[in-house]
Amino acid sequence: MTKTADVVIFERNVAKALDDGQLRRNLRSAMTTLSQRRRALFADTEAFEQLRAQGESIRRRALRQLPDLLEQLEGRCTANGIQVHWAETTAEANAICLDIIRRHNARRVIKGKSMVSEEMHLNHFLEEQGIEALETDLGEYIIQLDGETPSHIIVPAIHKNKDQIAHLFHERIPDAPYTEVVEELNAIARQELREKFRAGEIGISGVNFAVSETGTLCLVENEGNGRMCTTAPPVHIALMGLEKVVEKLQDVPPLLRLLTGSATGQPITTYFNMITSPRRLDELDGPQEVHLVILDNGRSSIYGDAERRATLQCIRCGACLNHCPIYIRLGGHAYGHVYPGPIGSILTPQLEGLDEAGVMASASTFCGACEEVCPVKIPFTEILRMLRNEAYAQGESEHDVKGHGYRYTTVEGLSWKSWALYNTRPGLARIGSQILGKLGQHLPMIGPLKEWTRTRTPPLFAPKSLHQLAQERGLDNDR
Amino acid sequence: MTDASSPPIPRPSKVYYFGTCVIDACFPQAGLAGIELLQREGIQVIFPQEQSCCGQPAHNSGFPEEARRVARHQLKAFAKDYPIVVPSGSCAGMLKHQYPHLFAHEPDIEEVCRFSSRIYELSEFMVKVLQVRLEDRGEPVKVTWHSSCHALREMAIVPYAKMLLGQLERVELVELQNERECCGFGGTFSVKQPAISAAMAHDKVNDIMQTGAARVLSTDCGCLLNIAGTLGYRQLNVPAQHFAEFILERTQ
Repeated sequence: MTKTADVVIFERNVAKALDDGQLRRNLRSAMTTLSQRRRALFADTEAFEQLRAQGESIRRRALRQLPDLLEQLEGRCTANGIQVHWAETTAEANAICLDIIRRHNARRVIKGKSMVSEEMHLNHFLEEQGIEALETDLGEYIIQLDGETPSHIIVPAIHKNKDQIAHLFHERIPDAPYTEVVEELNAIARQELREKFRAGEIGISGVNFAVSETGTLCLVENEGNGRMCTTAPPVHIALMGLEKVVEKLQDVPPLLRLLTGSATGQPITTYFNMITSPRRLDELDGPQEVHLVILDNGRSSIYGDAERRATLQCIRCGACLNHCPIYIRLGGHAYGHVYPGPIGSILTPQLEGLDEAGVMASASTFCGACEEVCPVKIPFTEILRMLRNEAYAQGESEHDVKGHGYRYTTVEGLSWKSWALYNTRPGLARIGSQILGKLGQHLPMIGPLKEWTRTRTPPLFAPKSLHQLAQERGLDNDR
Repeated sequence: MTDASSPPIPRPSKVYYFGTCVIDACFPQAGLAGIELLQREGIQVIFPQEQSCCGQPAHNSGFPEEARRVARHQLKAFAKDYPIVVPSGSCAGMLKHQYPHLFAHEPDIEEVCRFSSRIYELSEFMVKVLQVRLEDRGEPVKVTWHSSCHALREMAIVPYAKMLLGQLERVELVELQNERECCGFGGTFSVKQPAISAAMAHDKVNDIMQTGAARVLSTDCGCLLNIAGTLGYRQLNVPAQHFAEFILERTQ
């Protein structure tokens, strides 16, 4: 059977990841720690379920009125002195950032962690324009030093262990001594970054929640680098996906608790920033300009479909990654796209099209671990199933996901038709199971059976099926 | 944990038995054991010969139309209003929780929901409806337990199966370290993503081996096929067995 390009690339990535023992040990250890911390914080399951129901309803309420809330957010932000920009595509968002940077004749950009900026491939874009964009989140800083992209949406360097970071710092940071002591490694990064903060001309950050009633941008972080990026340089650009809006200020505390608890098991992060305006006349610090770039990039199409909309409930906590048996074994890079793991698997094919990323929807056993931990109850398996349906949908598809039908082949279509025929014609099934029973272990090892037996003994077909045994016992008589 | 399983009903005199396609072809003895456990409680078990597969393979692989065709066939095969007992958490989850999704926009949705409301997983039925009491007649043995994901989450019936095992006095249950982690079967996943599936099965087998248990038990023969196949490939001599067969064996 011919394989689509996305499948071929994914299989190659999977083989590489599974073969990397160090990667697998790092991931298993880190994911175990994160999930244990989460479990400890949410030990009271009843209270957690209540909180989670609240989180879900806040996000659903926000999405129900999304166009209105976005309009209100723009109005409030503008009134507060924040300049709002709309970007339909990542190219537009990049152009908006570049325009702001150029207007200030800036060359040095310092960045807080932002997955939307990854989605935009902003660093790469700015580099091409001769502008230095420095990541200041420690994890992001580490992977930037190594020329990598994040392997996790919350803990971007989680695939690396301490020793690997020790070598990296020693090799890539001028004059950095070799040390494996975590505090010393932190000190090296801190010293490097301190100078960069001082020299940064533009600060770029993400947005965790944007409150429409007040025009407040909330930023959750642990290192203080987010606060530096949003206060030290004269200009702050905040990037957000359009789904990040919430209606009320009072919606924030439950979501914040769910976010930090689900992500790292922290009751609260070290820093929580609420940005409502640029520096006012009577204030001593803060940026003189604040820009908010609101990115669509396919989100409004997701919004337009009632069943796909739940994808946008996500608050990007990463708990679905931490608990996914597949993510734990592959890490983020193998997925080959910006958002990995279960959230990536439902989001990416919708943003980029099934023909680009449809294979991600097949990277699930439907075990439901993601659904079990999701703090806003995204129905992952339902959406994954819908995407698989779309991948094979012929003609007009129900949900009209970009690239639908890309995976359909006559061979696979026919084999499922035969399967249905076999399972609706008891006579056929009887003959089939007799043949299987007779062949037993002498089946030809081709197709699915070939894949199965690479690492397993072949299934042993019983000489008599349960149908036959039940009939012999007269169990089909409904007396 | 929310109880996703069916509400208790008065003890019926007859039940339907949905054997599942994996049991039908590869584990018929496990299927028979489930039937015998019900029969010895005085329940008449009816096994409609028309039955086939629950439709989950197509439902999970992007072929909903084919899944519905096979599902409608089961609706016809189990036409009367008897409870339907299923010796699998995964197939029970499909019949009970996925059918209403699969038929959400179909004209026969109400009929489907009535059918789905009659579904019980075997251990759930034995505990909740029959209040079965077991007497252990076997030698002392150490076993471990594999929770299939759908038994664990979608059906939430693992506590019932463990209650039954708990009644066996000379059976020591040693839990897996990562009990809540999938074994990597996932139906067609095992052949569509064979490398990931194999890695997961490999780790599951390691977990089983570190318990020192003499057997691994489960409610689900799909998982058992995967686990037994991997144990066998690595030439490890730990039988992977359906819990019904194990219980019957020890209480006869």
